[in-house]
Amino acid sequence: MAKNSLIGGSIWEEYSQKVQDLMNHPQNMGELTEEDAKNMGGKLIIADFGAESCGDAVRLYWIVDEATEVIKAAKFKSFGCGTAIASSDTMAELCIGKTVSEAVKITNIDVEKAMRDTPDVPAVPPQKMHCSVMAYDVIKAAAASYKGVDAASFEDDIIVCECARVSLGTIKEVIKINNLKTVEEITNYTKAGAFCKSCIKPGGHEAREYYLVDILRDTRAEMEHDHLLAISNSKIEGSNTVNFDDLTIVKKFQQIEAVIDENIRPMLVMDGGNLEILDIKEGGDGMSDVYIRYLGACSGCASSSTGTLFAIEAVLQEKLSKNIRILPV
Amino acid sequence: MRVYLDNNATTIVDPKVFAEMVPYFCQMYGNPNSLHEFGSESHPALRKAMDQLYAGINASDEDDIVITSCATESNNWVIKSIYHDYILNGDKDHIITSEVEHPAVGASCKFLESLGVKVTYLPVNTDGVISVEDLKNAITDTTALVSIMWANNETGMIFPIEEIGAICKERGVLFHTDAVQAVGKIPVDVKKVNVDFLSFSAHKFHGPKGIGGLYIRNGQPLSPFFHGGEHMGGRRSGTLNVPSIVGMGKAMELAVEALDFEKNNVRRLRDKLEDALLQIPEMMVVGTKEQRVPNTILISVKGIEGEAMLWDLNQNGIGASTGSACASEALESNPVMEAIGAEADLAHTALRLSLSRFTTEAEIDFAIDVIQKAVVRLRAISSTYAYAPEWHVSKL
Ligand SMILES: Cc1ncc(COP(=O)(O)O)c(C=O)c1O
Ligand code: FES
Repeated sequence: MAKNSLIGGSIWEEYSQKVQDLMNHPQNMGELTEEDAKNMGGKLIIADFGAESCGDAVRLYWIVDEATEVIKAAKFKSFGCGTAIASSDTMAELCIGKTVSEAVKITNIDVEKAMRDTPDVPAVPPQKMHCSVMAYDVIKAAAASYKGVDAASFEDDIIVCECARVSLGTIKEVIKINNLKTVEEITNYTKAGAFCKSCIKPGGHEAREYYLVDILRDTRAEMEHDHLLAISNSKIEGSNTVNFDDLTIVKKFQQIEAVIDENIRPMLVMDGGNLEILDIKEGGDGMSDVYIRYLGACSGCASSSTGTLFAIEAVLQEKLSKNIRILPV
Repeated sequence: MRVYLDNNATTIVDPKVFAEMVPYFCQMYGNPNSLHEFGSESHPALRKAMDQLYAGINASDEDDIVITSCATESNNWVIKSIYHDYILNGDKDHIITSEVEHPAVGASCKFLESLGVKVTYLPVNTDGVISVEDLKNAITDTTALVSIMWANNETGMIFPIEEIGAICKERGVLFHTDAVQAVGKIPVDVKKVNVDFLSFSAHKFHGPKGIGGLYIRNGQPLSPFFHGGEHMGGRRSGTLNVPSIVGMGKAMELAVEALDFEKNNVRRLRDKLEDALLQIPEMMVVGTKEQRVPNTILISVKGIEGEAMLWDLNQNGIGASTGSACASEALESNPVMEAIGAEADLAHTALRLSLSRFTTEAEIDFAIDVIQKAVVRLRAISSTYAYAPEWHVSKL
């Protein structure tokens, strides 16, 4: 709540021009038939996702070249609002020319980004993100159908939200891909929890086996765990798998020590001095404050609080992160 | 051409209403409570407005029509003050309402529920109306209030207010009705119907926004919602909104004068539009024409999601509304649609068209043409009508 949220706007004002244009003139809307498949020498694949009773549904048609697995043509039909139509259209467009294995890697983020007018302004408001998730889900269904995976294996998937028919798998994936942090975001992205609300937390209309609050907590914990694993697996030096700023304090300490050992201590020691790291604190401003103490000859040296200090900071910033600040004690 | 078919959301201010209001902005701007002439010079107009309001719903002089800032305030006031006056002290513990009330009633009841009040939400049939039998069965010795709307904002369906009023009187329960969608569309006569409280709002009958009223029968006590400077006989404080009150009075007078026009002309255009749309295959209207206020159509357009329909209409200059989930800020599907509940699909394919006495025949002809074309275009996109070979097992 604040100035901009007090006079509610129209969600249409938040649609990008691309979304609006696609809504008015979808490019890949239509059907592909057995006839078309024969003419193109490929296999017709049809996949459905969603349901009219849930507010949106999409049918995706592919013609796939069985020798190369390349999707030669893609079309869609969609029941849904403007953003559902635009998202389905973009999804079909992104499929064309890719192999089936490449196409399954298209995420809802790819679909949404492709509809932006400018790179950093979202194409649709948050509560419409579920339209792009639906586009992502229907690709997976099409791929499963192509690979001959029994459609039943999808139906076996645990349904968390009965109203919106959203599965546990989709919810966990969407949390991970989009780094979701709240139940409201899950609802915006998947529609789970938008209707009777029973699936949000215990105590609703009817008891459920899984609740969004628990899934969110467990998935976030899983993500945190994976993140820590990634960090500890990364090499201390020259690690580029994980950003320095995302590291734990212990890892930051190790990396800073390593850089100091290699690039700074030898010079100090030559002059009969040294330094030790006392503490590392994460400032609220995103900076890592490194508290150091000069030892031996350095402790009285006038330049230790100016020239040397800048040199140390510059080396660490260059090697690790520009968000490092050195504070002598 | 731009055509406004969303008159259940709000209406154009009648230019005659506007003209009456103008002098009370820059000429007679005094506070009517002041002793001097600047204040008192607006009194004749205020008295006239009150006369127009009393006449409009046929209230007696012993009754109160308290001016409020909107019907949302009126509804909140009744429900929350009933809580203060009858429930908090332990005398009563129960309120009865319906599943299809406007949120101003529904959310107020939900709030009281969170404070421990028992609330019964009466279900509706597929036409969106409650059953009088259900009401009879729901009333107990500890029921403090029955709050049931006169006409529904989405469907236009008229509720059996006379019967409900009689039951409440017989059982000694206070009765409030949200008559926002009835006033100015059908006759509302508080002498014919036993209501203790009745809410209305000027902007739904060609008056200004941000002004409404609460009718209170014959001195019925109700703690104030707004405490303060003892305006409105101490029932609702706040400096009188003179221009808006004057405008609401005039709007009420004009609306009541136009009731016959509403019943005949608006109804004829509404029916013309409805009949034309029903020529399109797989369209369904909620409720019969007779049971509805004369200006409203709620129609389900199979295979077309409501917001997509609104989009196409808006591209062609037509403003309408939908009960569908997607168009609202929240994703929830419309509770009225859910309550009617025949088919879940209806919740997402509804289109609400609401006319007014300012709607012209040319506008209706234009709207018929635009809607027909939109249905063709959007059904061509829709997966509901999409091709699939025999081997494909549809999952939609
Ligand atoms: C049935 C009903 N009750 C109450 C209201 C709220 O009226 P107001 O805008 O005056 O608060 C509306 C209008 O949206 C309505 O349709
Ligand atoms: S089960 Fe998820 S909203 Fe109803």
